[in-house]
Amino acid sequence: MATTRRTVEVALSTPTLGPNGELQRAPLAVGPKGEILAPDLPLGQEPDLGGEHMLINIGPQHPATHGVLRLVLELDGETVVRCIPHVGYLHCGFEKIGEYRQYNQIIPWTDREDYLNSMGNNVAFALGAERLFGVEITPRCTVLRVIAMELSRIISHLVWLGTTAIDIGAFTPFLWTFQERETVYNLWESWVGARLTTSATRVGGMAADLPDGWTDGLRAFLRSLPKTLDEADRMLTRNGIWVGRTIGLGAMNPAEALDAGLSGPLLRASGVAYDVRKDVPYLDYETYDFDVAVGTKGDVYDRYLVRMEEMRQSVRILEQALARLPDGPVNVDDPRLILPAKHKATTEMESMIHHFKLVMEGPRPPVGEVYVPVESPKGEKGYYMVSDGTSKPVRWRIRPPAFVNLSAIPRMVEGHLLSDVIAINASIDIVMGEIDR
Amino acid sequence: MSVVLPGAALGPDAPLPVTPRAIPHRGGAPNPSAATLAARFPQAVVRHEVIWGDTVVWIRAESAREVVRWLRDDAGERYDYLVDITAVEHRDALRPLEMVWQLRSLPYRRFLRLKAELDPAGPLVVPSLVPCYGSADWLEREVFDMFGIRFEGHPDLRRILMWEGYAEGHPLRKDFPLRGRLSRAEQLSRALAANPEARYSMEELTVADAFHELPEEMKRRLLAERRAGEA
Repeated sequence: MATTRRTVEVALSTPTLGPNGELQRAPLAVGPKGEILAPDLPLGQEPDLGGEHMLINIGPQHPATHGVLRLVLELDGETVVRCIPHVGYLHCGFEKIGEYRQYNQIIPWTDREDYLNSMGNNVAFALGAERLFGVEITPRCTVLRVIAMELSRIISHLVWLGTTAIDIGAFTPFLWTFQERETVYNLWESWVGARLTTSATRVGGMAADLPDGWTDGLRAFLRSLPKTLDEADRMLTRNGIWVGRTIGLGAMNPAEALDAGLSGPLLRASGVAYDVRKDVPYLDYETYDFDVAVGTKGDVYDRYLVRMEEMRQSVRILEQALARLPDGPVNVDDPRLILPAKHKATTEMESMIHHFKLVMEGPRPPVGEVYVPVESPKGEKGYYMVSDGTSKPVRWRIRPPAFVNLSAIPRMVEGHLLSDVIAINASIDIVMGEIDR
Repeated sequence: MSVVLPGAALGPDAPLPVTPRAIPHRGGAPNPSAATLAARFPQAVVRHEVIWGDTVVWIRAESAREVVRWLRDDAGERYDYLVDITAVEHRDALRPLEMVWQLRSLPYRRFLRLKAELDPAGPLVVPSLVPCYGSADWLEREVFDMFGIRFEGHPDLRRILMWEGYAEGHPLRKDFPLRGRLSRAEQLSRALAANPEARYSMEELTVADAFHELPEEMKRRLLAERRAGEA
């Protein structure tokens, strides 16, 4: 064992060791006012700080906190005794603003909360709003949205993999994963014109249908991604440093994970096979053939394995979605929701009035409330919307998976070393835009 | 370690869930838990309704913990997953505030929304669910922060998204203007004048042994266990 050998080395070089090789420490001298006096110690002897805890502040501006998260840690030596997280530095009041916006006007805000999964958020919001309006989307739109959700799951996990690898000390996988992510952003760009803030959905359909040749680009991506995943897999999965820095960290058993309200890859790594796509299906996910990756230990290593497997399963789903992508309209045939064609709005009086009324007044759902959960890369995400019959929601609530996941961080890090806090925090996969909203 | 499978209590022959279609606006089959709840807690349960396929059970706010604990522990319910805690204030100022708890039973694959009305004129107090679910901690802090609803029995009820010295009230209340109560200039000058030490909680200051370095006013406030911005 490395520790034993180090003690021997110290014993050879230091005159102030006890008979059993333990370090001799001089107790701290304390003055009459309680202040600590500088001890005058012989060479090699250290003051005894036994029992004195230290307060360490990480963040809010720290590259390893993945955003403006602040952790206040109480340390005993290098061991974390207590962790007090502080969030809210990025709070923008999305939910408040949503009460002043029509349903379609909220979609750009959903881009900006979990900005690694903007397409998935657009779809999640549209699904909730469509249930509130009581409309059923077209078959082509359903498949397009599955493609959107699974691609954004892949890029979110790719960013997670790259940044976590950097946190743990491996720089190269970051370059590979960001290259793949770039391909997806190019696909987004050719589909909806934006890369990060896609705003791709509308209540009742999508902002745009796929351009010609788009599916070829997706097929090329589906061929190259598994190779990148294999490369990262070879680099990390059996890498001694990676394994040593992730195994056994932040472990949660199923009961703890459920009590902490974890969801997504964290919950599944803890051995609870809950996946919204399987258990509360939407977008016909029950008709796709895919497996739910489940871990057994619930530690950082299991979370890594679960996310790697989820990306491979997403590739499977995307291949099936491409194979079944039907032709037909993307938007529902419902003038209450869908704008008239541009050429009609500029030439026909009725269409122009229709366009004006829809844009200025907005569609009005009946009185009611919905909560439609989806499986976002971070976990169970859902928008709880309450309508009072006007064109703006009374309440638009984001159920933020990363917020609930992060709230369990004190349980995960307490008792671990300070350097492991970074690995555990990375494994939660937080996006502060979603947590602070 | 064995894997927890959702739907385990339904038996191996139970049909797998499918994407719902043609959901009626009102009505439809309610979650069976609604009827058992009404029979078990006739005093606490007010009524139930089905909106867009989800069962909403209206309960009395003061019995929330008792009801939720039973839902979590009863062998026929097993709502082991707390999805969300939030609140709703309507635009109509005469309508009561609503507390919303969303629960999921993984073993039975059920979803239940509990709601309770709170009189906006009275004290906004509901029992905390932290003794039942650990995840209620931050969710309740957020509701307190955004709506000013207090949770009785919460171990550490303080603001979470807004900072501790936030003096403008509770942002998601309908009487809170979209741009805040104070002018931009006032908000800026207060932010610049803020004491950076105020970013530490009392608990943290005890660890750092830095309490005696605080300004007198802040010491008095912390000792009185008052938080800045509270009435």
